[in-house]
Amino acid sequence: MDTTEFLIKLILVISVFGISLLIAMYSTYAERKVAAFLQDRLGPNRAGPFGILQPVADGVKMFMKEEIIPANADKFLFIAGPSLMMLTACMTGVVIPWGGELTIGRNTFNLQITDVNIGLLYIFGVVSIGVYGIMIGAWASNNKYSLMGGLRASSQMISYELAMGISIIALVMTTGTLSTKEIVEQQSSWHWNILYQPLGFLIFLVCAFAETNRTPFDLPECETELIGGFHTEYSSMKLGFYLFAEYINMFISSAILATLYFGGYNFPFIESWGLSPNAVTIIGTLLFFGKIFFFIFFFMWVRWTIPRFRYDQLMNLGWKVMIPLALFNLFITGIITLWRNGAF
Amino acid sequence: MQALTNRSMVVVNKKMTWMERIYLPAIIGGLMITIRHLFKKKVTIQYPEQERPRSAVYRGWHVLKRDEQGRENCTACGLCAVACPAEAITMTAAERKPGEEHLYREEKYASVYEINMLRCIFCGLCEEACPKEAIFLTDRIVPSGMLRENFIFGKDKLVEGVEPDNRIDVSKRARAHRTY
Ligand code: SF4
Ligand code: SF4
Repeated sequence: MDTTEFLIKLILVISVFGISLLIAMYSTYAERKVAAFLQDRLGPNRAGPFGILQPVADGVKMFMKEEIIPANADKFLFIAGPSLMMLTACMTGVVIPWGGELTIGRNTFNLQITDVNIGLLYIFGVVSIGVYGIMIGAWASNNKYSLMGGLRASSQMISYELAMGISIIALVMTTGTLSTKEIVEQQSSWHWNILYQPLGFLIFLVCAFAETNRTPFDLPECETELIGGFHTEYSSMKLGFYLFAEYINMFISSAILATLYFGGYNFPFIESWGLSPNAVTIIGTLLFFGKIFFFIFFFMWVRWTIPRFRYDQLMNLGWKVMIPLALFNLFITGIITLWRNGAF
Repeated sequence: MQALTNRSMVVVNKKMTWMERIYLPAIIGGLMITIRHLFKKKVTIQYPEQERPRSAVYRGWHVLKRDEQGRENCTACGLCAVACPAEAITMTAAERKPGEEHLYREEKYASVYEINMLRCIFCGLCEEACPKEAIFLTDRIVPSGMLRENFIFGKDKLVEGVEPDNRIDVSKRARAHRTY
């Protein structure tokens, strides 16, 4: 890897990191605004015009709060929990193809940090480490509510990861690759995977809600029964990390949804506009972010529509509905693939 | 049984049909309902700039009345403080000196009269207890503030002005009182 390439990658890494943080920051603002608007209210509108500075104010508030580590908590793990959560949340952005190729001078570079050929597996691996952040934090708090939250989080994530994985296998069967870049390239123009894998998309979407602990699957942190669940004992910026990581996860999940099922940076008929390749790339990236924002909005929209599941309902849905459905989807996909390859 | 409103629904514990069991139509229906609210008129009243209309007999910021000649009505009898369920009122009584007849109506008056607006529940019992028609609640809202000390309202904030312009009209509340 020569110096220019290294520099370009470095810039890309920093900007992806910065953008995810920025988007996570403004997701908190958007969440409150969307919540307010869906409930016929106005939401935060005092800090700066339209309340634009609200996330900054929230951040300052988080930093100013007293830092408390409970006496009976395991100090090391107590700090490791939120750090791990934040770390894994920031790591998934690496394999997401943010755009096509950009040519500057003689150099052509990809708007993707790294195109590992097992991108999908990487995402899965990192996401499943994420639950350790919750479990470690919950365990280290030495508090029964936290422990309950942690237990719920882990069993929920494990249950839904299965269905999610199976729905992804069906997707891999149609695309024939695990590289996120190739998956996006295959969906050029309107050949979006949602058209080939509607059921798989639905399963993936529901599981994405469960994986990010968003309503209706926010049982690990439900305020009404568990006073905040796994982060009951957390204060100050450690709590901030947990909340922040949740928003980054939401952003990354939206990006993955858009990448896998909604064509990533592809858009129908963009080639026929006769634009220069660079312009196409930039428009594609913007459209990709548009899709991401739509999904983030969708996450929030659902949050203010559907009430939380009961725990047994959650498990029922996960094991008795989602997994059989995912298997069914896998089966159908297999048959169709065989049929298309002329096996019958 | 006749329904009281047209919105009542009979609850039956019937088995759900397949369409109902997959939940998706219901979820989409719910999403449509919430998205409609995104475009509805917002009900928020932006308080300091906008105010909700209040009735003339609203129970807010108290006033200590003066009589027609501009003398303070209050005689520091302490009945309001006794009546107050929130123990928000404290006062110090003083004797009227010769030459102060134009200031105080009775021989005894309140040299200090304080209401703690954070304790007050705006029940209006002080007003009912007062034998001198000295204290009334008005339709002014107690403004918000950052310091607790600022919510202890002394005579400077309670007694109305002498000039006709600075008088505070409580005729509606006073009339409401006389009915019982
Ligand atoms: S309104 Fe009620 S609570 Fe307030 S000072 Fe009067 S008696 Fe006390
Ligand atoms: S306000 Fe009325 S009740 Fe209270 S001390 Fe004065 S005269 Fe007595």
